[in-house]
Amino acid sequence: MLLALPHFLSFSQREVLVFLTINVLVVCSYRLLTLTGEWSLGHVVMMGVGAYASAILAKRFGVHVPVAMLLGAGIAVVVALALSFPLFRMKGFYFLIGSFAAGEIIRLLWKRFRDPFGGPKGIKRIDPMPDIDFGFWQFTAFDPVSYYYFVLVVVTASLVVMWRIENSRIGLTFHAVHWQDSLAQASGISVRAYRTLALVIASGFAGLAGALLAHYIGTVNPNMFDIEQMVYVLTWAIVGGTATFYGPIIGCIALTVVNEIVLRELGLEQGRPLVYGLLLIGTVLFLPKGLEDAVARTWKLAAGLWSGRQVGGGR
Amino acid sequence: MFELLAQTGLNALYAAAYLSLVAVGLVLIFGVMGIINFAHGELFMIGAYVVVALYSDLQMPFVLVAAIGLVFVGCIGILMEFTMFRPLRDNPLGGLVASIGFLMVLQALVALGFGVRMEHVPPFTQEVIVLSDRVRLPVHRLIVIVSSATLLAALWLFLKRTKFGWALRASAQDPEAAALQGISLRTTSLIAMFIGGALAGIAGSLTAPLISVTPTMGHSVIVAAFIVIIVGGIGSLEGAVLAAIVYAFVHTGVTTYIDGVIADIVGLSLMLAVLIVRPTGIFGARDRA
Repeated sequence: MLLALPHFLSFSQREVLVFLTINVLVVCSYRLLTLTGEWSLGHVVMMGVGAYASAILAKRFGVHVPVAMLLGAGIAVVVALALSFPLFRMKGFYFLIGSFAAGEIIRLLWKRFRDPFGGPKGIKRIDPMPDIDFGFWQFTAFDPVSYYYFVLVVVTASLVVMWRIENSRIGLTFHAVHWQDSLAQASGISVRAYRTLALVIASGFAGLAGALLAHYIGTVNPNMFDIEQMVYVLTWAIVGGTATFYGPIIGCIALTVVNEIVLRELGLEQGRPLVYGLLLIGTVLFLPKGLEDAVARTWKLAAGLWSGRQVGGGR
Repeated sequence: MFELLAQTGLNALYAAAYLSLVAVGLVLIFGVMGIINFAHGELFMIGAYVVVALYSDLQMPFVLVAAIGLVFVGCIGILMEFTMFRPLRDNPLGGLVASIGFLMVLQALVALGFGVRMEHVPPFTQEVIVLSDRVRLPVHRLIVIVSSATLLAALWLFLKRTKFGWALRASAQDPEAAALQGISLRTTSLIAMFIGGALAGIAGSLTAPLISVTPTMGHSVIVAAFIVIIVGGIGSLEGAVLAAIVYAFVHTGVTTYIDGVIADIVGLSLMLAVLIVRPTGIFGARDRA
């Protein structure tokens, strides 16, 4: 179904589909970070680190684009590792603010230093993916359908890796660090090491997403990774719910559909922050576990009706 | 050299004046309710747009408009308390997230109502006090400085001398003990939200003619206010005022001698350094988060 999807859409909707797929990777990697209980406001900047690094490597040093993307993700990992030393002296609200400050400093450095970051206008004319002829199928970088298939493969592979991580010993330890941090510490788990691990993995995938974006739209600038974008990612995660793997994906898809289809058709794109803000408040007030909870309840209810037994609202 | 220093000092004093109004409200709300209000910069912005609507467009007297800004934004604070913070009393993260949602709503409403372009507000008075050749103080800036000082003094008297002030400080110190003494946390939260909103609102109203008014102007204000309350020690009102002065001098100084972006980086680094070395802040003693 995901393979057939682009053929039912208009050109601009195909472009949206590419962005949506990249955003799924961003929001899923964000959730991986929140597993340890820390909410960051610097995640989109880590995405930007991957984008800038990959763009500079490809444009300045002529690195082959797919290699540059992987190196971009690697550089995001290194930057996250470096940031983890100051940031994990903080917890909770302080971490939130600290991660914002660290991210904003990086963003302002991009803005301030024209060489090599291009200043406020950023980097333009970033090398696209090279065209590849597979014989049975031709990959063309400027065709959204081609790029969509490429991104779909990369994102699916990344999601599988994150899924495996979450369901391994490491993932279970993330949960332990979140819910029972003193107990975990007492059991000989280095809480800080696992928090760092979560941050580093999440930032690596965010960096990869940034690189995918940069080589598609061909330009990066500091405003692409500002706090507004971060708030959108936060909204996807919270509206979708972060208890399950699929929650943030639902949130991201649902809100993109609302934004691109409903608002665009009505010509109310200006109202995007209004709708997002109201949804965010509404979710926190009335559906604190997010859409995933609504899905789970509906599913249970449907299953209950199907088997002829009443399941009391799934509570 | 001395003249440039004096001029920077005056500029910093003006920045410190409106910044401390915003930061003190933020601290008050955090102290009483344990919630970080991310929408506080937008309350400042609404205060400025009250001036755009009533003073530049309808030509009402500035003093009246500033008073309306104070009350109106204070009432928005009360609205936030009723609709979001009260239902989310036991969920500080939820309150924080809801305030981010509220920030987006306010920004979008103002953008839809007034457009996203910069608004030009004529100053209350064009007069400039010429202290020397290169040291000048526009009277409007002096008005901001004096009114801020007056408002802060009034707040100080309210908190230290009145029954409500005592109740407010008690519930900031220990909400449970305060509740046991018969202090209604609902009432103190309402008062805190009103005062916090009102201070941010009048700060926005007073400075509207002096800064660029756009729907996103709250962003730089809230970042500066966060730096101030972290450096000042979260939960300490005196610390916030002191830190606002320190921050304004550093930021204005760096902006004058190097450039604005570097000044922002220096400010954020200052906050990060305080968070690393002493998360309770330089002047604060208590940790509630």
